[in-house]
Amino acid sequence: MQKINPLDHLILILGALFLIAPVVLAVMSSTHSAIAIHTGGLFLLPGSDGYETYHKVLTAKGGFTGNVTGARMLMNSMIMGVGFAVGKIVLSMMAAYALVYFRFRLATLFFWIIFTTLLLPLEVRIMPSYQVMSKLHLLNTYTGLIVPLLASATGTFYFRQFFKSVPDELLEAARIDAAGPFKFFIDILVPLSRTMIAAIFIIMFVYGWNQYLWPILMTTDESFFTLMRGIKAILQVWVGSQIPDYNEAFALAVLAMIPPVLVVVIFQRMFIKGLTESDK
Amino acid sequence: MAQITLKGVGKTYAGGVQAVSDVNLDVIDREFVVLVGPSGCGKSTLLRMVAGLEEISQGEIAIGPRVVNRLEPAERDIAMVFQNYALYPHMSVRENMAYGLKNRKTPKSEIEARVAQAARMLELGPYLDRKPRALSGGQRQRVAMGRAIVRQPAAFLFDEPLSNLDAKLRVSMRGEIRKLQRRLGTTSLYVTHDQLEAMTLADRLVVLNGGQIEQVGSPLEVYHAPASTFVAAFIGAPAMNLLDAYIEGGRVKLEGHDMGLVALPDGPITLGIRAEDLSIGTQGLPVTLDYVEELGANRIVHCFAGGQRLALIQPPEAPLSEHMTLRARPQALHLFDTTRGARLVAPATRIPEPVA
Ligand SMILES: Nc1ncnc2c1ncn2[C@@H]1O[C@H](COP(=O)(O)OP(=O)(O)O)[C@@H](O)[C@H]1O
Ligand SMILES: [Mg+2]
Repeated sequence: MQKINPLDHLILILGALFLIAPVVLAVMSSTHSAIAIHTGGLFLLPGSDGYETYHKVLTAKGGFTGNVTGARMLMNSMIMGVGFAVGKIVLSMMAAYALVYFRFRLATLFFWIIFTTLLLPLEVRIMPSYQVMSKLHLLNTYTGLIVPLLASATGTFYFRQFFKSVPDELLEAARIDAAGPFKFFIDILVPLSRTMIAAIFIIMFVYGWNQYLWPILMTTDESFFTLMRGIKAILQVWVGSQIPDYNEAFALAVLAMIPPVLVVVIFQRMFIKGLTESDK
Repeated sequence: MAQITLKGVGKTYAGGVQAVSDVNLDVIDREFVVLVGPSGCGKSTLLRMVAGLEEISQGEIAIGPRVVNRLEPAERDIAMVFQNYALYPHMSVRENMAYGLKNRKTPKSEIEARVAQAARMLELGPYLDRKPRALSGGQRQRVAMGRAIVRQPAAFLFDEPLSNLDAKLRVSMRGEIRKLQRRLGTTSLYVTHDQLEAMTLADRLVVLNGGQIEQVGSPLEVYHAPASTFVAAFIGAPAMNLLDAYIEGGRVKLEGHDMGLVALPDGPITLGIRAEDLSIGTQGLPVTLDYVEELGANRIVHCFAGGQRLALIQPPEAPLSEHMTLRARPQALHLFDTTRGARLVAPATRIPEPVA
């Protein structure tokens, strides 16, 4: 055991406080009224309006059309996050499988082409993507929200590296055991990739969850609004003498934080378990 | 049950590496044949061509009555045991063994019966529900063998299955493999770089060198009549002494000393003598002592004869001195062509039959 140095601990504690301070501020402030926040700034201690605010945020209908609730936005964000993560994992695993296990001409070239698209963020191709979706009449649909962003160079790259690290003998044993390409993938590669899948799921879920620009472009129908747009919408009402509902924005932000945190916590468990259990 | 026939088999890897060339071999039904040779000599390549994991560049391989050149590994009716076990890490021992049968649509009850039988044979019963990572190296290798056994294939192929085990386990597993193969009577092709393993396991040895067969024969044939200096140096421990000598007037001369009569023309030769065939006598080849390796039951004595090293085996109590003289029976001398390394058979060493 190393000797515990009080100074080290002090630094760590300060660091931890520094990092969680904004979260605490957001949680605490969301339990005060909008007026109190507007006049008194952010709060470090809980207020008395918490239940009301959260209840309102989740159930009260808002927006221009007056029929989108916080719960609905939460669900939309969830669909985005999960759809993204699952879609990207399925696609990139299959792409990586083809790249690693099938010898076809120009495989390496294809890989590098896919890989270089890593350098092109969504923003670069956002207009053409929008146009394609518009022509396909997929604006204001979940399909339109999710599908164009599924192709994932990152995922393909990670799975490719992982598949390459799987010993060749496993494939050979499977070939002798009469497992064809499909069986080998489903019976052996997918279970072996659990850890990798968990890791990618975390990254991609958060990525999908936090999407902002794309949903703004793709959806005009409020029933497709995500939490991110909801927060923005609340803060945009600053016209005349009206005070934005800071408390509601905070409440939504807190709500928006919970699922990604849950995903990280749950999948990280699996992730670490996978790391310690599997010995390839 | 089947024989394996290799006709003119060769392998050229992309890039032009000729890993195996012109191998002709008949493995008869129920036979245990060991391919042995130093690392990189093409043993694995040859075995993998039989398994179907590597394409056959030249020649023809038949398992049983079928030529298998164009068949997938799964269609060749073989099972293979790999050096690193190649168990599926996420499946239990039972699932590992059953996987090949399941894919072949074997009825469930049949699979269960075969797995149970193999587990009994290999004493794996208590571990059937464990994952491979919870097993020791020896147990993992037994599971790998179980996976081969349950298939009841025409032939077993082993690629250095014991190389990852510690020395003691290797010896006991060696015995187990031999017994198991006898009991099942399955034709087996076994690859190893360990000559001792090869000697103890094989019905017949195939010594490979640089992708070509150097010699085929029973372990004792190969030991007592190595076909070349390569085989002589590779089979047996300590390695056979190979010494530069020459023939002069029908006599073998080593460092000027007369070793015996031989009916071969004059010229340089390589003389091979096994360490156990040398004894210390009152007269003979003069040597100086270099150092001694104690093995307990006996000792290996390293000496110099002139400028050439040689080793002999002595009982531990035998007296040694700085200068000794060594002798060997004339029958224990192996003569090799110095340039080609091939064994020289002297016609006159045969005893002429008395004329009736
Ligand atoms: N996939 C490959 N591509 C090119 N050369 C190879 C390949 N596999 C093996 N070789 C070469 O073939 C020779 C024989 O290899 P191998 O059969 O693995 O030897 P061994 O099993 O006897 O150690 C070696 O020289 C090796 O470098
Ligand atoms: Mg090898």
